[in-house]
Formats: sequence, C-alpha cells, structure tokens
Amino acid sequence: MANIFSSSIGKKFVMSISGAFLLVFLLLHASINLAAVASEEAYNMACHFMDTNILIQIMVPVLALGFVVHIVYAIILTLHNMKARPVKYAVGNQAEATFASRNMFVLGLIVLGFLTIHLSHFWAKMQLQHFVGGTATENPYLLVKTTLSNPANAIMYLVWIWALWFHLSHGFWSAFQTLGASNQIWIPRLKVASYIYATIIAVSFTIVPLYFVLFAK
Amino acid sequence: MNLTLKIWRQANAKARGAFETYNVSDISPDSSFLEMLDILNLQLVRAGKDPVVVEKGCRGPVAFDHDCREGICGMCSLYINGRAHGPDDDITTCQLHMRKFKDGDTITIEPWRSAGFPVVKDLVVDRGAYDKILQAGGFISVNTGGVPDANAIPIPKPKADESMDAAACIGCGACAATCKNGSAMLFVAARVSSLALLPQGKMEAARRAKAMVAKMDELGFGACTNTQACEAECPKGISVAHIARLNREFLSAKLKD
Ligand code: HEM
Ligand code: FES
Repeated sequence: MANIFSSSIGKKFVMSISGAFLLVFLLLHASINLAAVASEEAYNMACHFMDTNILIQIMVPVLALGFVVHIVYAIILTLHNMKARPVKYAVGNQAEATFASRNMFVLGLIVLGFLTIHLSHFWAKMQLQHFVGGTATENPYLLVKTTLSNPANAIMYLVWIWALWFHLSHGFWSAFQTLGASNQIWIPRLKVASYIYATIIAVSFTIVPLYFVLFAK
Repeated sequence: MNLTLKIWRQANAKARGAFETYNVSDISPDSSFLEMLDILNLQLVRAGKDPVVVEKGCRGPVAFDHDCREGICGMCSLYINGRAHGPDDDITTCQLHMRKFKDGDTITIEPWRSAGFPVVKDLVVDRGAYDKILQAGGFISVNTGGVPDANAIPIPKPKADESMDAAACIGCGACAATCKNGSAMLFVAARVSSLALLPQGKMEAARRAKAMVAKMDELGFGACTNTQACEAECPKGISVAHIARLNREFLSAKLKD
C-alpha cells in the first residue's frame, strides 16, 4: 500500500471507489423517491423506515464522507491535471471525446451546487434534527408536495438531474476502467451500461418533480 | 492551393513565443504536409532569412521535428487546427496530405503543449520525458535467450496479437499532447501492457508498472480521466483497454505492497 495515494492512479482509485459508492446510493435514493408517486402512505412509510433503520443510520455519515472524499479528490486531480497543460492551445481540441468526459469537474460542481439547495429543502427539515435536536417534519410527503409543486423548484430539480445524467453517463464506465475492470470487449458494453444506468436514475428522479408540478393539487 | 499559415514561433526554450502568419501559394494537393512546410522554409530562406545564422529580428526557417517521413519513427509532431497529427485518423503528421485541406484555408500549427514536453524552438518540443519513463522500467531485465529460445515458449495467438497492438507505439507523444489533462497514460500503458502480456515480460510486470507510473507522475504529466481522446488521435490506434491493464497491474502491485 506504500504511498499509493500519492500516485496519479492511486488518486483515481479513490475517485472511482467513492464514485461507485455514490452510484449505489443513487439507486437507493431513486427507488425511495418513487414511493412518493405511489401514495402518501407509501412515501411516509419509506421515510419512517429510512429514519429508524439502524443500517441506514450508520450509512448516513459514511455517505457524507463519501461525498467529501469524492469532492476533495476531484479538486486535487483537476488542479494536478491543469498544471500538466501550462500553456493552452490556441485552437480548441477537436479530438473525438464525449462532452461529459471532458467536463466532469464542471458537471460535478453543478451537481454540488444544487445539492446544497436540495439539502436545505429536505434534509434540513427531515433529518438534521436527529443530529442537533428539535422536531423534524411530521409529514414528509406534505413537505415534498409543497416544495416540488412550486414550478421554480421543479425546473431547478430537472436541470440538476440532467446535469447529473451527464456526470453518470461517463462516470459509470469510467469507474470500471479506472479499477482495471474492463477490456477491449467490455469497454463498449460498459459504455452502453453507463447510459442505461444514467437514464434509469435520471428518469426516476424526473418523475417525482414532474408528477407534483403537473398533478398534485 | 493557396494557404495562410499561423505558426507558433519561439526562439528558444526561455523566449516568449507568438504566432506569425505566412502565406504559401501553388501547393499541390498531393504534397505532404511536411513538404508544404519545406516549401515555406525554402521561401523564407530565399527571402533572405539565413537558415543557419539567425540575425536579429530575422527568425529564419520554421523549426519542426521529422525523420523517417513514413510514419514509423515517431519523430514528427505538430498540433494542426486543434488536432494532434492533423485532420485525419490513424496517421502521423508526415503521412498527412494537403488534400485534407481546402484552397484558401487558414491552418494553425502549434507545438505539443504539455508540462512534460517543453518547447525547444518553434514547433520542436523535448520528448525526452518519454525516454526517461522507458528507462525507469520499460524493459525486460532477465535473460530471454536467443531467437530460438523465444520461439520455444508457446504464446496464445490472441495474447501475442494484443501485445503487438500495444508494441506498435512509436512514442510520438500525441496522446499526452491531445489529452485535456496532458496525461501520458496511453504511452505508459502501451509499454506496460505489451510486455505484461508475454511470458518473458510478465515476471517483472508489477515492478515495471510501479516504476513507470512513478516516473510519469514525477515528470509532470496529468492523470487519466478516460476521455479516450488519446485513442482517437494515436497514429497507431492503440486502445485504452491497455490503460485498464496498466491500472490493473499498478493497483494490484500497490495493494500487495
Ligand atoms: C451523486 C453524486 C455523484 C456521483 C454518483 C459521482 C460519480 C462519479 C463516478 C462514478 C466517477 C468516475 C470515477 C472514475 O473515473 O474512476 C466520477 C468522476 C468524477 N467526479 Fe463525480 N460523482 C458525483 C458527484 C460529484 C461531485 C459533487 C463532484 C464535485 C466536484 C464530482 C467530481 C468528479 C470529477 C472531477 C470526476 C472525474 C475525475 C477524473 O477522472 O479526473 N462528482 N464521479
Ligand atoms: S517523421 Fe517518422 S513518423 Fe513522422
């Protein structure tokens, strides 16, 4: 393990492990959200489960740590990479590469920016109280409904979710590649899987604000 | 063809460079890109710009790297209109022909830009960093015997093929030049992968991956974001699948340490 994290590949290793952990978290998050579209009871039950289940409670700080590590290494790697091209080209790079792969940091920053607003919308009213005291909201469903039926909020969520789509459409296969878990045959397959994963996540997330802004009255 | 050329001119490694504009006329579409530059240089020399003694205020001919001019030595470079080795796939700059351009085009020609490849003069960069990475471990130090001995070791055909694909690397530096992170990963991966796939090279694969990656990091190259721009611009079309193998070799070696 000696000085693995000082190497470029070691830092990417941290990026891929933390990123992959966040990919799994998003799957759970998206499925819980869909309960809100099913019914008020289903959603409040799901929230109650998330609030009381011991495993989830253990995972909350781990998740926060996952985000912090991912973001800190994103900054370290991006600065390191900028230093490796001290003089910019006069003509922008025309080589074939996806938009997402070229803009992971900017996309990450967009995700992070909206994430803070998102936490203030929900987490600050639903879960923060477990850590600092006070009473959390009695009816999470009502909170979701009032927040997301506001068109401004709904639009903001949609922009956020589709920026995330781009981040995931590259991040998913990139994590496999970084870990060395790919080859000539699997690279194209993993890229297809990337788009499928990103689309499943983005569509599941999109359904909720769309449902509340259009139908919840 | 009549063309306008915007070329990066820089007197030496320490000088400040700038673009200068030149016009060339009557260029045959069948001439190669480097021949077009030869014609420009002849024009500059005839106009009184001494090829050897560069007087004050006179820049002389444009310096650019080249050697074999048949796509095998890896000496030519040039970042042409935003692409390493110019607007064509799977070729080196010396294999680029003027028919890829249109009459009246403006062509911008820049040197490789990478912290690991400092500009020496005009379009010439120092690619010694790649040699240093190779010297750090891109070899086999056990005695592999003579030619008959090599043939005595059976190697499955798919492995030999994949190894040969990676061994096609000519070390031109287009990967680091085109990578948005200035990363040399495709070069290092090609060397590590081509040797790791063969029984003679496999023994030292872990040491080789660690030494070459350490050198690559030390010399100021960036980290890989898996954009695959390197594969798109590599004149030999070397696959990023070799980068996956390098990651595998490196991470398993480091985790065992
Ligand atoms: C739920 C949120 C997120 C998920 C699921 C996620 C997932 C991923 C994954 C799987 C990768 C690929 C890792 C690799 O190439 O090995 C990645 C890369 C990256 N992420 Fe995220 N990420 C998230 C949020 C963020 C945030 C908030 C930032 C903040 C700046 C960020 C910045 C980056 C950067 C810069 C890279 C590319 C690193 C590189 O290849 O050089 N990500 N992400
Ligand atoms: S001059 Fe030898 S490869 Fe171009």
